[in-house]
Amino acid sequence: MSTVTRGSVAIVGAAESDLGAVAALMSPLDLMAQGIYRALEDAGLTLKDVDGLFCATSQARTSVMSLVEYLGLPNAYTDSTIVGGSSFEIHVAHAHAALEAGLCSVAVVAYGSTQRTIGRRASSAREYNPYETPYRPFLPAAAYAMAANRHMHEFGTTREQMAQVAVAAREWALLNPAAWEKKPLTVADVLNARPISDPFTVRDICLVTDGGGAIILTKADRARSMKQKPVYVLGCGQSITHASITSMPDLTHTGAIESGAQAYRAAGLKPADINVVALYDAFTINTILFLEDLGFCPKGEGGRFVEGGRIGPSGALAVNTNGGGLSYCHPGMYGLFLLIEAVRQLRGECGKRQVAEANAALVHGNGGVLSAQATVILGNSATA
Amino acid sequence: MPAASASPLAIYIEHLKRGELGYQFSPSLNRAVFYPRVIAPETGADDLEWRVSKGLGTVHATTVVHPQQGTPFNVCLVDVDEGFRLMSRVEDVAPTAVKIGMRVKFRVHTPAGDEDPYPVFTPTEGA
Repeated sequence: MSTVTRGSVAIVGAAESDLGAVAALMSPLDLMAQGIYRALEDAGLTLKDVDGLFCATSQARTSVMSLVEYLGLPNAYTDSTIVGGSSFEIHVAHAHAALEAGLCSVAVVAYGSTQRTIGRRASSAREYNPYETPYRPFLPAAAYAMAANRHMHEFGTTREQMAQVAVAAREWALLNPAAWEKKPLTVADVLNARPISDPFTVRDICLVTDGGGAIILTKADRARSMKQKPVYVLGCGQSITHASITSMPDLTHTGAIESGAQAYRAAGLKPADINVVALYDAFTINTILFLEDLGFCPKGEGGRFVEGGRIGPSGALAVNTNGGGLSYCHPGMYGLFLLIEAVRQLRGECGKRQVAEANAALVHGNGGVLSAQATVILGNSATA
Repeated sequence: MPAASASPLAIYIEHLKRGELGYQFSPSLNRAVFYPRVIAPETGADDLEWRVSKGLGTVHATTVVHPQQGTPFNVCLVDVDEGFRLMSRVEDVAPTAVKIGMRVKFRVHTPAGDEDPYPVFTPTEGA
């Protein structure tokens, strides 16, 4: 149902803020500002060029209002859609439409979180749900754990296969100097780690770090004469199937089926055309579910697909080349970092982890408890 | 739509206080609706009727949560026979013994203090 034009806007700047454990008393807005400064520098632009602000964080209730104040941009076009970790993929879709409609000319998408410094509970207080909270479900882990439980039951997916996802992420992370994790990881390490919510151990679950960042978007015609090789937005899609895990229509089929179909259709591409894959890996089962739902393997085959290092640095499909939320960084809502890595791969800036002939990237964000699925397909000049 | 005299949650809790698992049914959707609402999803109709479940269901998905302090406990999703799903836990068995497909029966859990009652389940076999 996309009415925007394929490739009419491009990402022209991308940067992380400080990551990992940031300086004491840094705020989420400080981290957004750091990311914006660095991304504008990357793009060869200044704050005076910016007239569109898109952001989300769990630590500021009216985050875009706070960002407008911080940056002193009272007339900026704004959007702070917040649906968890996929908010930023949706911001890209909204920025695409806003830029094409002329509502703004340079759009910033920003994120910041200090969840490691202040604690996960303090950074994203969970709402009381009278139909779930009494059972003390350790959320989000218990929700994803039940999806994993169903996947194992329906398709025979094994603990070892899930652990392979964590091992592949770690292998990629060891090639990324910015990654939080610096030591190798084995399948046995994953299986023998501290249990959190069966079948998951702590090594099936994303990191708890601080971090933020920003990307800059503008119209493609302007992007072509700018500092960096443009990374074109070829297609976007979204599907929000539920908010609480009790209401998920089918625990082994996510909204990525729909969001992916929308994005492929808009981009005019198919899974076989994609050579860089960035999937929101909050839990090891996510990567398996999204590989299936986005068409990289048939439903139920995800566990077998990731065996033998297939998604690692020497495998056939490059998935989560920065090390992912499992091993690179995961500051609460990770979706922006998927976009940053895809941009760098499509520009060819990734050094030891650079994917050969990286011309088309699929970025898939996930929010809530497999709730809000959003897909963005990006390409460089070879694909646009 | 007239002013509500009681919220959907309050009516649900009143059922539990009577030892009943209440749920809603929407004629316009022709199916059960859970959690309780003011209007039916999809159709938007204000046709939600309260019904009382027979209290039998099947475990759809399950996990054992391992808290940093305290003993591991079960959290699961139960498909109730009347066609709705809720989060709950299965009691009277070890949390690791709760399995997908297990037939379970509703009972009311009444917490100490002023917290509201909520539904839990026990295995039907041996009950």
